Amino acid sequence: MILFLPIIIPLFFVALLIMMRKNLRLQKWLSAIGVLLQLFAAVTIFTEVRASGTIFSQAGNWPAPFGISFFADYTSAIVLIAVSFVALWIHIFSFGAIDRTRQKFGLFVLFQGLLTGINGALLTADIFNLYVWFEVMLISSFVLISLGATKSQLRGAVKYVVMNLFGSALFVSAIGIVYGQLGTLNMADIALKINQQGLNLPLNSAMMLFFIAFGIKAAVFPFYFWLPSSYPAPPVAVTAFLSATLTKVGVYVLIRFYSLFAFHQAEFWQPIIYGIAAITMVSGVIMAASAYDIRKILSFHIISQIGYMIMGLGIFSVFGLAGALYFLVHNMLSKTTAFMSAGLMQQKYGTFDLKKMGNLYRLHPYVAFLFLIPALSLAGIPPTSGFFGKFLLIYAGFSAGAWIVTISALVVSIFTLFSMVKIWNEAIWKPLPEDVPVHDEKRMNRTSVFASSVMAFSSLLFGFAITWFFDVFIRAGEQLVNNQHYINAILNP
Amino acid sequence: MKSQIIQIAATYLMPFLLVLSLVVFYRGHNEPGGGFIGGLIGGSAIILYAGAYGLEITKKLWINRPTALIWIGLAMALLSGFFAYLTHGSPFMTAVWVQIGSGPFALKVGTPLLFDLGVYLTVMGMLVKVVLTVMEEVL
Repeated sequence: MILFLPIIIPLFFVALLIMMRKNLRLQKWLSAIGVLLQLFAAVTIFTEVRASGTIFSQAGNWPAPFGISFFADYTSAIVLIAVSFVALWIHIFSFGAIDRTRQKFGLFVLFQGLLTGINGALLTADIFNLYVWFEVMLISSFVLISLGATKSQLRGAVKYVVMNLFGSALFVSAIGIVYGQLGTLNMADIALKINQQGLNLPLNSAMMLFFIAFGIKAAVFPFYFWLPSSYPAPPVAVTAFLSATLTKVGVYVLIRFYSLFAFHQAEFWQPIIYGIAAITMVSGVIMAASAYDIRKILSFHIISQIGYMIMGLGIFSVFGLAGALYFLVHNMLSKTTAFMSAGLMQQKYGTFDLKKMGNLYRLHPYVAFLFLIPALSLAGIPPTSGFFGKFLLIYAGFSAGAWIVTISALVVSIFTLFSMVKIWNEAIWKPLPEDVPVHDEKRMNRTSVFASSVMAFSSLLFGFAITWFFDVFIRAGEQLVNNQHYINAILNP
Repeated sequence: MKSQIIQIAATYLMPFLLVLSLVVFYRGHNEPGGGFIGGLIGGSAIILYAGAYGLEITKKLWINRPTALIWIGLAMALLSGFFAYLTHGSPFMTAVWVQIGSGPFALKVGTPLLFDLGVYLTVMGMLVKVVLTVMEEVL
């Protein structure tokens, strides 16, 4: 039953919040309580996974290859906790950072709807069910991006929905091929049958379709062009939420599918994944170097950092996968903190344009400090989590002999540092430009500052407590490398 | 622009569509049909009425707050999943069936029917809400 709670709770709160939609104050806090409950459920799932390795449950009590299985191992439990934790603080951040009109038109309902889809996608072990959760995510995120209906939002939302509908179509056709070839939709059963009979031509093309569909979600190299126009458009709290959840679920599913099905053809996939990872990293960071809008810079960095996770997937060793997962969670925490501090700067200056900012260090040293933590972490300066994530990945890369992609990862780090230094120089060191009016009356919302502080602190803690986390992530990697864990847990419980 | 032809057609079609939606909804467990398609048919009946007679009378006679249908339907679908867990301790969404009467007129009801009813209400509420909102803005 515990496995269903992360899906039931947000769905229940969707119904409850629609019922309460006239009472905004109650709605806000109820929604935050809902996410808190999800966090508790996620932690419970994690403790159970730590006790027994994997847990699973059959929806509707139908036996395994026929009914829909729900499954959690270290990987899904880790991502589940991270999603709920980040969602909780983004909720609290958004109390003070998103205008009342948007809140009134169902912001929190959409947050909960998106969480339903994400938690479902993380826990399900059935590819068609996964497709349904992807659609739930797509609908909620589409409305989240367009909520408020400004011009740039609508432009971004159209690009987003067209690309993702295209991805969904590919996803469904791939499911059709797999079902036609193997006669099953259960992921463990598919993995078992592929283990026995190998990948034939139709199955290989299905794998490619899966890769493109999830690549669109995760925004990897040839498919990322929707992201820079749709992510920076909505209010910054929504951007933070989408960047911390949607793209990361795409990466999670890529890791899951590759480690269950596609790794048999590693000699085909590995060069492709290395190439895509390198180009994704480099092109994201170069686009970021040319931008002067904080949200744009951070959004381009999302793309660049997806490249690191994909690189860990391509290496496909225990260290590589553990590094990819560690990097994924690090990115959720740090990137959210960075977006939040950008939101605080916007509350002060009324803009995201770096040219119209300055002197933050004197005006609000605390907020400057809040930006410093994720900036150092994203660039990968030692005691922060970004350093350990990159260290794991680069160590794994050199051990696997993947020279080109690993060296490009190192070079990209320097460019990331350059972007962060640019924000630091422009917004924080530089004196305020003279033609910009000073907004002394504009204050930052205390609730938002509090939420950003908690996120910054937890991102620091994630780096400092590396010894404990290292153990957990290595176990996740060990489970992923051998797909027999997954098959046994579901088919021979 | 109220057309007499559409008004008369709507008067005859609407009860037919509503009954059809319930029939499609009920047969959906074993045959083509179900809550989703039933909800669409039922919602389109109300939209047809609104198109023929105008928004105000539709709201007065048929449906005042379609949003209520959405959350009631969602809550119902969720509750149906919990039913077996509370009575038997089986996993979420396990079906519990009860047979009323016997012979050819036996009525089998169970939690999947309740789930489908929730889907029916949610789809109908959503459809009516969207179309009526758009009509309000256009007209």
